Amino acid sequence: MALVEAVGVRKSFGHTEVLRGIDLEVDRGEVVCLLGPSGAGKSTFLRCVNHLETIDAGRIWVDGVPVGFRSHGGKLYELREREAAHQRRDVGMVFQRFNLFPHRTALENVMEGPVQVLRRDRAEVRAEAVTLLERVGLAEKAGSYPAQLSGGQQQRVAIARALAMKPKLMLFDEPTSALDPELVGEVLDVMTSLARDGMTMIVVTHEIGFARSVADRVVFLVDGAVVESGTPADVLDNPQQPRTQQFLAKVL
Amino acid sequence: MASDLRENLEVVPLRHPGRWISGAVILLIIVGLGWAMAEAEIQWEDVPGFFTHPVMLEGLLNTIVLAVAAQGGAIVLGVVIALMRLSANPVARWFAVGYIWLFRGLPVLLQILIWFNLALVFKNISIPMLFTVPTNVVMTAFVAALLGLGLNESAYMAEIVRAGLSSVDSGQTEAAKSIGMTPMTTLRRVVLPQAMRVIIPPTGNNFINMIKGTSMASVIAFLELIHAANNISSRNLEIMETLFAAAAWYLVMVSLASIGQHYLERAYGPR
Repeated sequence: MALVEAVGVRKSFGHTEVLRGIDLEVDRGEVVCLLGPSGAGKSTFLRCVNHLETIDAGRIWVDGVPVGFRSHGGKLYELREREAAHQRRDVGMVFQRFNLFPHRTALENVMEGPVQVLRRDRAEVRAEAVTLLERVGLAEKAGSYPAQLSGGQQQRVAIARALAMKPKLMLFDEPTSALDPELVGEVLDVMTSLARDGMTMIVVTHEIGFARSVADRVVFLVDGAVVESGTPADVLDNPQQPRTQQFLAKVL
Repeated sequence: MASDLRENLEVVPLRHPGRWISGAVILLIIVGLGWAMAEAEIQWEDVPGFFTHPVMLEGLLNTIVLAVAAQGGAIVLGVVIALMRLSANPVARWFAVGYIWLFRGLPVLLQILIWFNLALVFKNISIPMLFTVPTNVVMTAFVAALLGLGLNESAYMAEIVRAGLSSVDSGQTEAAKSIGMTPMTTLRRVVLPQAMRVIIPPTGNNFINMIKGTSMASVIAFLELIHAANNISSRNLEIMETLFAAAAWYLVMVSLASIGQHYLERAYGPR
């Protein structure tokens, strides 16, 4: 069974329908890149997978569990916020604007989840957090506050913070869009190595090069619907739909 | 022209005669005021005695206890009202708006008088089946002053806390959610610590106001600093001397509060 299964996902903000029935499956260990023009609903869909937004229709399952619901006695019960929090433990998310906690050091940011949410032993968590910071190449920045780090460094800490929860799935919401061009590479490198290690990832991105080299599958969204999906070679190099061809002609 | 440097012209710095004149005028005014105070018919040598008079010290202690208790209660209540104001529950939201409207809208002195005279309209305070107590036993001058000052202040604190909570970027809450934090943990670990930067300065300001506001409790004969000063001067008629001693205590308290605020701001300051 797929790790993520989305069926007929619909979402409106006011009178604007942002998602018009999205179907998507992501297998374990698979890396899926969501591409498309701005306003296509890529980020909104990603936020629905983590229940940061509620969906109006359809259903999303992560590892067989319906997102935002508890199934019991043949009924689905909507979750309270603290129950939803419990569900989110298994899904890591990286934001466009990093959203590190500015009042805590890099190390404290990474430790916050395991210590405060999982109530694990501080010393043990600290050792793991140091290892994670090493993995993203920031061991020497453990004591720095976010404001003392570059955008690329902040985003790598944010990735480490998400990984500290040992998630089954990682969501990346335009992780390099707020970065200076010369800092994009260091973040993509970390994401690439994460993909190589077998992490299941859904990545909203405009980095076509990253999608081409790392993604197992590329999904192209326009106006809240999937227009085209397939391997990077198929979708990026040999797009069938006119809308995909137009978009790629502009960004490539 | 570039030739300035080569021709080695003398540079004349800008003079500021206006600064010298206005500075001199200010100093003159200060010297004049000092002279007037020294010439006035004040028994300066009696002031230190009133400053440390046992009644004055009792008034000082009562002032501190009242100010700290009222402000402390107001902070706790203010956080609750602010959370209600931001709640998804419309009844809670409207209650919070009404609460702020009422307790911020009435003069503190009026509120103190109403609480103090509550026994005139309610003989007993009771929760049916739980307890009943006579109002005039509960509603001492201290309790009336505490309620009057504290409830008024809690309405202001609610607005200050709301501004603080709203100042924290929504991305912070989302990041906290994304690592599985519950709403309570998010508030305690992520939002409040950052809101503190916005909350502390006006709270310090309000606490200074609170210290001085306790003087209104003198109208219901609560023995705070002003009432203590009046008690002392009613015996020796040195009204100004006792008031100056009380004034000195207010300045000491306010100075200490300002210093405390400075350190609090530094502790929660930007990194």
